[in-house]
Amino acid sequence: MNFPSDLKYSKEHEWIRVEGNTGTIGITDFAQNELGDIVYVDINTVGDTVAKDSVFGTVEAVKTVSDLYLPVAGKIVEFNKGLDAAPESVNKDPYGAGWMVKVEITSAADLDSLMDAETYKKHIGV
Amino acid sequence: MQNTSLTHVHQSLGAKMVPFAGFNMPVSYAGITQEHNAVRNSVGVFDVSHMGEFILSGPKALDLIQLVTTNDASKLTDGKVQYSCMTNDQGGIVDDLLVYRISAEKYYLVVNASNIEKDWNWISQHNSFGVEMKNVSADTSLLAVQGPDAIKALQKLTDADLSAIPYYAFAIGTFAGIADVIISNTGYTGSGGFELYVKNEDAEKLWYAVFEAGNEFGIQPCGLGCRDTLRLEKAFCLYGNDINDTTSPIEAGLGWITKFTKPFVHSDYHKQLKETGVKKKLVGIEMVDRGIPRQHYKIKDAAGNEIGEVTSGTQSPTLNKAIGLGYVKTEFSAPGSEVYIDIRNALVKAKVVKTPFL
Repeated sequence: MNFPSDLKYSKEHEWIRVEGNTGTIGITDFAQNELGDIVYVDINTVGDTVAKDSVFGTVEAVKTVSDLYLPVAGKIVEFNKGLDAAPESVNKDPYGAGWMVKVEITSAADLDSLMDAETYKKHIGV
Repeated sequence: MQNTSLTHVHQSLGAKMVPFAGFNMPVSYAGITQEHNAVRNSVGVFDVSHMGEFILSGPKALDLIQLVTTNDASKLTDGKVQYSCMTNDQGGIVDDLLVYRISAEKYYLVVNASNIEKDWNWISQHNSFGVEMKNVSADTSLLAVQGPDAIKALQKLTDADLSAIPYYAFAIGTFAGIADVIISNTGYTGSGGFELYVKNEDAEKLWYAVFEAGNEFGIQPCGLGCRDTLRLEKAFCLYGNDINDTTSPIEAGLGWITKFTKPFVHSDYHKQLKETGVKKKLVGIEMVDRGIPRQHYKIKDAAGNEIGEVTSGTQSPTLNKAIGLGYVKTEFSAPGSEVYIDIRNALVKAKVVKTPFL
């Protein structure tokens, strides 16, 4: 499994890539592997301001459904529409084509509570 | 937690393992969809050694089976298999099972892993016939080799003519050099194939022989994940989901294995249900709007009144649709009926459809 070192990770298995004030968010390689084949990603929160660790959507896999938790407080500004046609991107390329939303980060301080790749690997026991 | 004789093989293949009915079982190897497609299009292999097996023998074995099971086992002949269920004395189902007739006085019962102890106790409790009962569950391994290419792959491993074994029939013969294998034309996938019962010590030899024989067909190890999607497309009931201690076989659409040609445990109740009509029925559900029905989701009418509950659901890999099974009030059970699934407090449109889905 792959955990890029330039990302921050949450206990709920989301990753965030920070560029300026914007964060791109998805689920980790570990999470997509646990969920199995993903059928679709359901996000109805575009335009909403969502609190840290609150649910911003759900991901439906063949076998199960799981909530998605926002790793930092922020306003959801964009959903990856590519996932509607190709939800399997989350399985195949979780850090690239499988990204889920972009957020305007409310407070950069939230990032301090997240894990780096090495700490996250320990968290999941790999 | 128990291992099967093949757990270490699954782990070495990198399978994702889950606890299921007290066993450490593979849920998937390459991914549910890929494994599902292998079974539909070529061939896949399931280790289902967690299943339970009982041998009932003696001059009154049939009498005991007739009492505890709903199907008419007197219709069986040597080498034939019957799908059946056992009813409790409260209107529900103890388990569903397969009944194999080895000879007129010897039967082989195959039950769900989660119910082995319950079934054993239940049958024992009704054994006033002096039938000899033997629980061979812990000594028996079972591979289900399923898919359209299964017969071609497996025929290489035996002199028994597999094409001469019809659906729901079996032979006992030498297979992959292993003596006394039960070679059964059964399965839980709806794609054809065979189930092979062997002693634990032969399981690994059988596994590797089957994979070698199936190599040219792209044979794939398959986990419980795709076992569920495969059976659901065919609307085969899963005990614990679609049938349980409180559901009647008549409500579950299992009237075809519930024969009132003979009495069985609590048969009067089910006969009356059949005659007077049931209040709820197990039906097929297909989503109209986006959503996947999952076990325990409520089924509602357009006004939001609860009319039933989903018992199984998934995204069908073959049909690329979200499908499920659930009990609804009888007045909503006709195919075409509009129903709504309560998915996280949103009513998502669905419809009742005929089963099987595929």
